[in-house]
Amino acid sequence: MDQSEALGVLEQKYSRRTFIKGVIATGATVSSTGYLFRGTPLLGAAAFQTATERLLSLNVNGQVRRVDVLPHETLAMTLRYKLGLTGTKLGCDRAECGACTVLVDGVAQYGCSMLTHQVRGRAVTTIEGLEDPDTGELSTVQKAVMDEGGFQCAFCAPGFIMSMTAMLQDNPNPTREEAAHALSGNLCRCADYDKILNCAMRAAELARSV
Amino acid sequence: MAKIRDMIPAFELLQPTSVEAALNLLDEHRGEAWVLAGGLDSFDWFKDRVKRPSVVVDLGGIAEMHGIREVTNGLEIGAMTTLTEVVRHARIRSEWSVVADAAEHVATPQIRNQGTLGGNVSQDTRCWYYRSGWPCYRAGGNTCYAAAPQAMNREHCIMGRSRCVAVNPSDTAPALIAVDAKMIVESSKGPKVYDAEDFFIGPAIDITRMTVMKERDLLTRIHIPSTWANAEFYYEKVRDRGAWDFQLVSVAAAFQKEGDRITAARIAVNGVAPYPVRVEAAERIVVGTTGDEATAAAAGEAAIEGARALRHNDYKIAMMRNLVRRAVRSVA
Ligand SMILES: Cc1cc2nc3c(=O)[nH]c(=O)nc-3n(C[C@H](O)[C@H](O)[C@H](O)COP(=O)(O)OP(=O)(O)OC[C@H]3O[C@@H](n4cnc5c(N)ncnc54)[C@H](O)[C@@H]3O)c2cc1C
Ligand code: FES
Ligand code: FES
Repeated sequence: MDQSEALGVLEQKYSRRTFIKGVIATGATVSSTGYLFRGTPLLGAAAFQTATERLLSLNVNGQVRRVDVLPHETLAMTLRYKLGLTGTKLGCDRAECGACTVLVDGVAQYGCSMLTHQVRGRAVTTIEGLEDPDTGELSTVQKAVMDEGGFQCAFCAPGFIMSMTAMLQDNPNPTREEAAHALSGNLCRCADYDKILNCAMRAAELARSV
Repeated sequence: MAKIRDMIPAFELLQPTSVEAALNLLDEHRGEAWVLAGGLDSFDWFKDRVKRPSVVVDLGGIAEMHGIREVTNGLEIGAMTTLTEVVRHARIRSEWSVVADAAEHVATPQIRNQGTLGGNVSQDTRCWYYRSGWPCYRAGGNTCYAAAPQAMNREHCIMGRSRCVAVNPSDTAPALIAVDAKMIVESSKGPKVYDAEDFFIGPAIDITRMTVMKERDLLTRIHIPSTWANAEFYYEKVRDRGAWDFQLVSVAAAFQKEGDRITAARIAVNGVAPYPVRVEAAERIVVGTTGDEATAAAAGEAAIEGARALRHNDYKIAMMRNLVRRAVRSVA
């Protein structure tokens, strides 16, 4: 199906104004994601007349962002390629590495393995949302990572930092073993686990001292 | 099969807010609808293009399927309750700890935060020939690649085979059998209640399904009866890595005692058959004893009666025997 045909189907469903906004929003992402979307960002959209309202108001990092989301789109895709929040990494896209870890209502989950439409109405926090929005001050966990320097290539770092953030909410006084358990859903390909655990313990220490 | 790293193929997403609406949608889209809970089993299938439903019915918005309720005779866990909620529930931890323990052994924190108890017991097998889209018996073909002479079958079954040699991957399944849980399955024709041990089926009954549920059925909740509350429990899962990995073999057991004598026992093992296996022969041996070493050894031997290894998994026979033995020995 070519693009104009796809547009026609969508146009019937949405008022022309909201529709155009949606296209502009997704249009801006096409160039950077051609390899992921294999051509048109509307691919598949016209294959079904879906009952799902595609224009969502997503609460991300405390801001409400309007975004056009396909029914079968994962949260990691939306964050990275529609909202430009590329701090959330995609390692495996199969719930097997933790690089895509984000917080949904404060709970650590794999952004690659949930649909954006499943988090409608919930608060999503990514690595970009940890610093203080007014002062730019880093979060406790981020400061601990700066102190300890606990990563090598750091591809896994955003995911680990999100898991550490969730861990400290649940258990502000973890033992090293408890921290390892809480972080067991994140892999580090550089195998820098010992220093990553130092970061986690340092973060708990910093959190206690404030 | 190479992993594909792009969009999931398109489907229509339907998000009902009641069980009734969900059942109507399943009837309406019969033959093309896929039930979505946390999605952690589902998305791999979609991403790999092995299963391509045109309609996905997301249960996430159905409040009545979520949460844990006290009922007169025990607890009722909504199928959409996450594994983390099960792990953290105070009464489950204290009175049916084997269920919390098993749920805690699933995969990783992130998967437990999103994966549901209903999805955990309803999940499909992890046989990689089947999961990779090979046209095996289970997929409607006419061979089992995992039983072929050159096959890689270290993770496959040692009993209960019938053409297919895959195993049930669920960590919570044996624990639910140990506490004699009841599974409440609803369809537009009404609800049905199954004992956990009957909920899981093998290929001899239907090679295309892992449970009694057919395509228009929903597991709405799981009832944990008081009968086995505060029993002595044992849970152990053997896996390659301390996180993420499915069980090679796992055991869940419950023992009731008077003084130091065992008066009743329920022992279930997973990872050894296409369904979780309740080892009644072992249970019979332990009743009336103190769980002493000789009894434990005899129970272990009874559990593996009839087990037959494939080329790469004879270790599972010893592992099953030893896990049952340890479970019984834990009582003494
Ligand atoms: C990397 C990885 C590692 C894993 N490791 C483990 C492990 O160690 N142990 C383990 O036990 N599991 C493991 N899992 C499997 C499984 O995904 C999770 O355990 C999870 O609990 C599944 O629940 P879900 O809600 O995400 O399922 P979904 O994917 O939403 O559903 C699973 C299946 O059940 C059906 N279904 C779901 N809910 C219902 C319902 N209420 N009624 C009828 N049908 C329903 C769905 O249609 C689907 O076929 C792992 C998964 C991944 C991706
Ligand atoms: S990218 Fe999500 S777990 Fe690997
Ligand atoms: S520091 Fe390189 S993957 Fe963790």
